[in-house]
Amino acid sequence: MNSFFARKFVVQGIFIVIAIILLARLFYIQVITDEYILSAENNVIRRLPVYPARGVILDRKEKILVQNEPVYDLMVIPREVKPFDTLEFCKLIGIDKARFDRQFKKAKSYSPYKASIFEKQLSVQIYASFQERLSDFSGFFVQNRTVRRYPDSLGAHFLGYIGEVNQKVIANSNGFYNQGDYHGITGVEKSYEELLRGQRGVQNLMVDALNRPKGHYADGKYDTVAVAGEHMISSLDKELQGLGERLMKNKIGSIVAIEPATGEILSFVSSPGYDPNLMVGRQRGNNYMALLNDKYKPMFVRPIQAEYPPGSIFKVVNALVAQQFGVINDKTLFFCPGGYRYGRRGWMGCTHVHGATNLRRSIQGSCNTYYGYTYARMIDQAGMRPVNAYKRWRNAVSAFGIGSQLGIDLPGERRGLLPTDELYTKRFKSDKWGSSYTISLSIGQGELGITPLQMANVMAIVANRGFFYKPHLIKAIGDKKVVKDEFTIKNDAGIDPKYFEAVIQGMSDVVNQGGGTGYYSKITNIEMCGKTGTVQNPHGKDHSVFVAFAPRVNPKIAIAVVVENAGFGSTWSAPIASLMVEKYLTDSISRPKYYIDRLLEANLLPGATVKPKAPKKAGSDTVNTQGEINKPIALTTR
Amino acid sequence: MNNQRSLFFNVDWFIILTYLALCIIGWFNIHAAVYDPENPSIIDLDTNYGKQLIFIVSAVIIGFVILLLDGKFFNAFSPVFYGVTLLLLVVVLIIGRNVGGNQAWIPIGNFRLQPSEFAKFATCLLLARYLSSSTVKVQEIKTQLVAAMIILIPTALILLQPDAGSALTFSSLILVLYREGLSGYFLVIEGLAILLFILTVLYNKYYVLLGLMAVVGLLVYLFRKNRKMITVFAIGFFFSILFVFSVDFAYNSILKPHQKNRIDVILGKVNDPRGVGYNLNQSKIAIGSGGMWGKGYLQGTQTKYNFVPEQSTDFIFCTVGEEWGFAGCSVVIGLYLFLLLRIVVIAERQRSAFSRIYGYGVASILFFHFFINIGMTIGLIPVIGIPLPFLSYGGSSLWSFTILLFILLKLDSNRMGII
Repeated sequence: MNSFFARKFVVQGIFIVIAIILLARLFYIQVITDEYILSAENNVIRRLPVYPARGVILDRKEKILVQNEPVYDLMVIPREVKPFDTLEFCKLIGIDKARFDRQFKKAKSYSPYKASIFEKQLSVQIYASFQERLSDFSGFFVQNRTVRRYPDSLGAHFLGYIGEVNQKVIANSNGFYNQGDYHGITGVEKSYEELLRGQRGVQNLMVDALNRPKGHYADGKYDTVAVAGEHMISSLDKELQGLGERLMKNKIGSIVAIEPATGEILSFVSSPGYDPNLMVGRQRGNNYMALLNDKYKPMFVRPIQAEYPPGSIFKVVNALVAQQFGVINDKTLFFCPGGYRYGRRGWMGCTHVHGATNLRRSIQGSCNTYYGYTYARMIDQAGMRPVNAYKRWRNAVSAFGIGSQLGIDLPGERRGLLPTDELYTKRFKSDKWGSSYTISLSIGQGELGITPLQMANVMAIVANRGFFYKPHLIKAIGDKKVVKDEFTIKNDAGIDPKYFEAVIQGMSDVVNQGGGTGYYSKITNIEMCGKTGTVQNPHGKDHSVFVAFAPRVNPKIAIAVVVENAGFGSTWSAPIASLMVEKYLTDSISRPKYYIDRLLEANLLPGATVKPKAPKKAGSDTVNTQGEINKPIALTTR
Repeated sequence: MNNQRSLFFNVDWFIILTYLALCIIGWFNIHAAVYDPENPSIIDLDTNYGKQLIFIVSAVIIGFVILLLDGKFFNAFSPVFYGVTLLLLVVVLIIGRNVGGNQAWIPIGNFRLQPSEFAKFATCLLLARYLSSSTVKVQEIKTQLVAAMIILIPTALILLQPDAGSALTFSSLILVLYREGLSGYFLVIEGLAILLFILTVLYNKYYVLLGLMAVVGLLVYLFRKNRKMITVFAIGFFFSILFVFSVDFAYNSILKPHQKNRIDVILGKVNDPRGVGYNLNQSKIAIGSGGMWGKGYLQGTQTKYNFVPEQSTDFIFCTVGEEWGFAGCSVVIGLYLFLLLRIVVIAERQRSAFSRIYGYGVASILFFHFFINIGMTIGLIPVIGIPLPFLSYGGSSLWSFTILLFILLKLDSNRMGII
């Protein structure tokens, strides 16, 4: 049989060749290519983000405006779910069977063996009762997250809200945001997003084939911790803000209060507002749609987005600019026969026949005639072509922050409107136009648009006698209390301080002298200087406007109040402003209860059935005798 | 007669040491495969590695008992072993437990017996006994048919389970027949058949036939002076065409989808790492990520976290590859190669034909398992579920390979005795 002995070499040869083939293949996949090493890492390492706590926002006295509250996302891994009592489950987390089926299907189609969110943001109460029974529901678990909580439900427009990022934000974030992350969408939440969001950490978890975590990769060597977002100290005064929001209830309009010495915004009320807590939690979507469809537009940030012709309060600006131009001084007299005649047939009515009027009295009595003459002098008698004189006037006015964004640290600020000379040249098809063409600018009507923020800023300029700081809502950032440089730059309004006294005296008379349009709003022991205004509203009742600062010496607060469709400035806006000022300066209100109740209870919404009460006694007299009426003014054309 | 002392002197210690080395490597890798970093413990009889320790100890005892038996016993009783095994293979079809789609196990207490494992050495023994009788010649058709019967009966019974992997094992015995004089053409034909099979599955059958025609045409031209060769080519060409068509038919009509899938994945026809190719892909990732020196004992992430299915049984080589790298794989492959070559050396030094033929049987079966198992884990061969001898977890397979090997050692230790 050994005749085939040589065949042993063939057999051994086959063994050796096969062993070499196996080794060659092993050498290729183990040593030469690194494709499999990368695949192996993909297999086992899951990079889990660690969410930092979002920065807390405080008021100027470091009381909490926004904080974080833990909520619990209910997660599910469909593959690990074992049969359980669905009915009870639904009852525990407060959903119905249909939603359960829908959510479960969704999770399953996402991945049977990866965790996905089953129900978002369970409250602590639901979580507590659910947690006890968690062991009955295998495959479900709860993940902590934080949501925003507003303990006093204040400052919705100022704080803004956060929401889930959309695809565009994810794409533009350089990989910072992932699906399901939150970011600031409006308000401070948006403008300070990069500071508030903090720094996300990463956990490199090793997972097994079923995606179950099995500890940290390389003992956590490559993990990073989350750094909490910076806390923000805002300029808002929580109590003042609260009072403002209560006073503005059932009214449309704004309150903006500024600390003149710093530009810090003390109060930022946009009405109608909403409870910021509505924008948090499981009902957020429904709430959001309801707010969006509300006819009073509560999502509209009126202090920086609503533009009004300023009305009589603009006389303050013109009085200052005219003095600076040297066309009037505090002794200049104009005679008011009850109106101002301009052009060939133009007539701009005045509220009263003021007779001979000086600067101080022109402010106190809000004399249209005075400002008609003043404006004419600035434009027509400036020793230059009226078009160029208008340019000069426009530059001077814009130095007050009118017609451009002030640069507040909130998104969505509107510029307002301060027309250029080109606009008129285009409209009149010639540049040979003079003051009579644009005379309504003299009393703040016509093509002007000023936001409540810009109105308050004008008051800050007057209070400071000539300069302002950029109005802002965040006064200090983080533990080091960093103040943004841009907020410490003094902006000059271009008016010599000496020109302010006559104007301020007039504004003081408005409030503190019998016969002033704001006398009803006089505050005992505080000399508030203000100016009422009534803004013509082509769509309905006029808007009530009042701007002021107080006290006269060393002012602490500058304020603008706009109440839409409320009529005269003196009726609603001035009393509201006076309460705000008194509250801020003395931390109490000396006015009788009926005075306050009238303001609190008034419903001035268009279409409201309950008619607001007229101010009593002195107040009603004031309105009847001193209320200002700006008759509609048509620009005459030749 | 041999006394106790000479018995152990005559045993081939190279084989015993290699055998023990492979068993121990296997045990450590099974431990690594089921090791849970959260609950580390070294000895726990409820776990796979705990049980495997029992299997190894009992296998060594079985091996020792075999060495104590009389060498002639195996030759004499080979028909009995064969008969009992066939009986068990029938029994398992009736009362066996179905695990993973194969009705291959007979439950005995806590353990499960897998008769197909024992069919391997029983078939080898009977084949050796038949071929070693002085009246048979392998070249004769009658002998070939009887030998084929001995091999094919257990193969058919195993196919009924259906355990294609174990059944295929018996095809390796063609090496034994080759060594005993079967024409080399059979090996060549087998090789050609595999080549044609792969080409037919991969490419359109008509392209394969065109290529075949070109090759045959070239060969006929080269050997145009040799009429005998031309006849051979013509016959070969005819059968090749037949084969191509039957493969095409079998592949598209007879194979079950999952079998087709496995072949498709290995041949690169489909690329689906999450689906049918999951096992293979994860296995390659585990081994490939081991690099040159491996990740270290118990440091493998792929095998530890259950990415590789069947990792302590059929895919145990993944753990070796991941944790010990190319270096460790080379050691294991080296040990197997040494074992196989050594068995051939031992077979060739036997005076009795029975022992020699049996030795080749052992080598063929171990070689087949070694090649197919490692080949499948690294993507050279379709996924066929057969264990890696001595390394894979499992009592039946360890015992049957031990018996297979130790019978040869016993026969070898008697080689100086009377034939």
